Amino acid sequence: MKFVVAVKQVPDTAEVRIDHERGTLIRDGVPSILNPFDTYALEEALKWRDKLGGTVTVVTMGPPQAEAILTEAVSMGADEGILLTDRAFAGSDTWATSHTIAEAVRKMTGVDAVFCGKQAIDGDTAQTGPGIAASLDWPQVTFVGRVREMTDRSMVCERYVETGVQVLRVALPAVITVLKDANVPRIPSLRGKMRARTFKPVAWGAEDLGLTPYETGLEGSPTKVVTTATPEARTGGSIHTGTPEELASIMADLLLGREDAR
Amino acid sequence: MDYMLSEDLMAIRDICAEIAAKHIRPVRAQLDEENRFPREIMGVLAQSDLFTIYIPEAYGGTGMGSLALCVATEELSRACGGIAVSYAANALGAMPILLFGTEEQKLKFLPPLASGEKLCAFALTESEAGSDAAGIKTRAVRDGDHYVLNGTKQWITNGGEAQIYTVIAMTDPTRGARGATAFIVEEGTPGFSYGKKEDKMGIRASSTRELVFEDCRIPAENLISREGMGFMVAMKTLDNSRPGVAAQAIGIAQGALDEALVYASGRRQFGQRIDSFQGIQFMLADMATSIEAARALTYSVARMIDSGKGRFEKESAMAKVFASDVAMKVTTDAVQILGGYGYMKEYPVEKMMRDAKITQIYEGTNQIQRSVIASALIRETAAGAR
Amino acid sequence: MTSRLEILSDKCVGCGACLSSCPLGALSLDGGKAVASPACSLCGLCVNSCPFDAIVLHHVIGGASGLEGFTGIMVVVELRDGRPDRSTLELLGEARRLAGEDRRVTALLVCAEPSDIPGTLIQYGADRVLSASHPALAHYLTEPYAAVLLHAVRTDRPEIVLAAATTQGRDLMPRVAKLLDTGLTADCTELAIDPSTGLLMQTRPAFGGNIMATIVCDRTRPQMSTVRPGVMKKLEPDASRTGPVEHLEVCDSMTASRTVLEEFVPSGGTEVDLTEAGVIVSGGRGMKGPENYDMLHELAGLLGGSVGASRAAVDSGWIPYPRQVGQTGKTVQPKRYIAVGISGAVQHRVGMQSSDEIFAVNRDPDAPIFTFATHGFVGDLFEVIPALISEIKRRRS
Repeated sequence: MKFVVAVKQVPDTAEVRIDHERGTLIRDGVPSILNPFDTYALEEALKWRDKLGGTVTVVTMGPPQAEAILTEAVSMGADEGILLTDRAFAGSDTWATSHTIAEAVRKMTGVDAVFCGKQAIDGDTAQTGPGIAASLDWPQVTFVGRVREMTDRSMVCERYVETGVQVLRVALPAVITVLKDANVPRIPSLRGKMRARTFKPVAWGAEDLGLTPYETGLEGSPTKVVTTATPEARTGGSIHTGTPEELASIMADLLLGREDAR
Repeated sequence: MDYMLSEDLMAIRDICAEIAAKHIRPVRAQLDEENRFPREIMGVLAQSDLFTIYIPEAYGGTGMGSLALCVATEELSRACGGIAVSYAANALGAMPILLFGTEEQKLKFLPPLASGEKLCAFALTESEAGSDAAGIKTRAVRDGDHYVLNGTKQWITNGGEAQIYTVIAMTDPTRGARGATAFIVEEGTPGFSYGKKEDKMGIRASSTRELVFEDCRIPAENLISREGMGFMVAMKTLDNSRPGVAAQAIGIAQGALDEALVYASGRRQFGQRIDSFQGIQFMLADMATSIEAARALTYSVARMIDSGKGRFEKESAMAKVFASDVAMKVTTDAVQILGGYGYMKEYPVEKMMRDAKITQIYEGTNQIQRSVIASALIRETAAGAR
Repeated sequence: MTSRLEILSDKCVGCGACLSSCPLGALSLDGGKAVASPACSLCGLCVNSCPFDAIVLHHVIGGASGLEGFTGIMVVVELRDGRPDRSTLELLGEARRLAGEDRRVTALLVCAEPSDIPGTLIQYGADRVLSASHPALAHYLTEPYAAVLLHAVRTDRPEIVLAAATTQGRDLMPRVAKLLDTGLTADCTELAIDPSTGLLMQTRPAFGGNIMATIVCDRTRPQMSTVRPGVMKKLEPDASRTGPVEHLEVCDSMTASRTVLEEFVPSGGTEVDLTEAGVIVSGGRGMKGPENYDMLHELAGLLGGSVGASRAAVDSGWIPYPRQVGQTGKTVQPKRYIAVGISGAVQHRVGMQSSDEIFAVNRDPDAPIFTFATHGFVGDLFEVIPALISEIKRRRS
């Protein structure tokens, strides 16, 4: 089987601080990490490769530094890594990103499945997976909580929705987006780390993918961000201190006020 | 302190730290409480190639050696001494094969150990033979191309969990220690069963169990080295594994110091942080200093073993004695710093103190180690080596 | 919707293989080369038919023709147990508000059998219902629903398309937006139409809720958004509202799917719906362990509410995910939200800040929750909550 995992380098949102004046993020000193949701996609691909044989290729679009997450994926067991990097890609929205990644998958040829994380923790859009599927004209299954079975022709996925679980059989090739319920990502292995030390990803730019400026990067992005702001802070109200009994009494007044009036 | 560890060793340490954070710390208290073997965690260690590090590349390992094993054991022990010993006991069990096994034995038994598909254990101790290996009662009698084993091994770490056992039995009781022989026994061999499972004070996530042999027939090709070499096999095995016990002790001590430091910085009494009190500060300073000294000694001994030069039973015993005594002192002090909270199971230091105690006892009590050190000193003096 | 078909004259040999592939007869031979007439709908079927790779479908974002002739707002209806989902009713309310006097709100109903649903949609704010029904559309499947939505957008040409940011909307909309070569903004919490440009201003949280970003789609149409459930207000149903119900033809080819639903396992009936709760008592990292949730359940029981949790508590496995409130959990707006041992990280805040009153109990006076709680209580929750429970019981007895 030939599996592709689309991954993204993101700032660790837990460490992000905000410039309230400007309504922007302070990125200095914020570590860049492999999008946590993508680790479940990677584990799922590795798991099925280990079971069925084949290869796992991780692909990311980003600046040259994004190589770090490909290296991390290799230390976890990925076989190959492809870095889509080009100034022409800068400013891509989800349309342009999924279009560009889909071109890379097409160039790889013979891919059986693309695994994506549910969403990235910086954008939280969850749009790139379906976008890749649409670009490739492949079926998609999103919000996959478990992959039950896989053959070279199809896989059976549990798709977690608000009201329950859909069990879907999807013909391959297909794109799936994976939830954290699916697995526990493996820890990098010693041999993986040793291999990662000498790993160099394949680098592809816009020209390698045959992309015109009208279909990638800023120019190829139908959406644009016009303003950013910090969420409206709700101003704090009263703060009470005292013994537990005093606090409980005040809380009960506030909570039961209407009951007492009755 | 910077021990100039290679990139491979730092990778091992990072992997173990990540496993400790994600898989061990969240469950250690529960495993301790339930006296439960960490089978899933053994799977995680296997997937991360940690069982490869003490096995040569020719047999499916990565052949990283003694220091690598110490680094791994220490980092795992920092989170849980019980889980760490379940890991390290595999190296102990495999050591007789690594040191004395034939090429056929190595090709057959080592690859599944390197992959973690099988676990291993070393069986020397009996109810009447602990540090005195010559008192072994388990008999092995040759019968054609088989040996027939009878007897009971006691307090076997990984007992009941391992699939491959290296067992010391008497082939000629009239010759005392020189009548002992080492064998490989596989789980499932008729006549081989598991006995009592121990309920221990500490390292409760590890399995400690009796092995019972009743007319257990094992093929003669499972004999390690030659008849009568069993005592030698056992002693060399323990010489090689003692730095691992030292590393376990250092890890437990480091874990306790970590907890004490965090607690002392957060706890306030008399309006100030307790780490601002000199009484606490001096304790913390002594704890850290003794851990560093134990680590420096242990890593030096491990490097000596990896260099392949000379005898090291004395140094190996020194590392084990020193580090385990440090662990007992440091964990006791950590409980002291945490005060009443330290004595409670909500905090991990009482478990660390219980876990530390065994490092002074097993793989040769610290009293035996001191005898080993003293005899080596006397022998060296007599030989004019000093 | 601004793709362009190019026939590479250096590769085209004039074999005519593409002519029969075109369902619209838009291709012909002219001077030994294939040419496309303006009837071409850019479906791309001819691309694969050409043995010489001479036909290329370019996706082009922007361009002069991309903005003309689009009017109105289309809301994609989501059904749950055969009824419009609450999120759809909220969207209809929001769409009606956005539409004002100038625009028409069309509800796109995709289903097996419309029965009386169109009437409900109109009562809640739709001006018109476009009903696409077919037996194969009885339950949601990506490809058939995407085909119907594509067809609806291409024929109806709405200026704006909205769907709820549910697992259905977030599956369907990005696929369709990609195929339409237009933009989509995910999980919006605020929508507005800029009076000067007429553009849809789509505001959404990003970076774990740390930043609110406002996004426009200014060069392509339609402008598409998924909208977070629980944020917009639905209208009171107005039985006097009327509007046309039109049928959208669904041909069998649109229902083809490479995905088959083998089974649906509904989640247990005891599932709490936090988004419906009037009072929520939520526990966070400060709860220390699962056993301590018993007192929150007791308190919630006394107040007629439900128990929620922060991500920290859910990640620790103390309480199941359906109870998680926040950026990666549910957005709730109860009358009273009682945060117990929750620090108030922004990721939690975005899920509960629309609550009418926020109570917070926390040991740390510097916890961020106190900067936005209506009533803050500095104390040990293990003392305060039991005291509160006995106080409530005492007053009621």
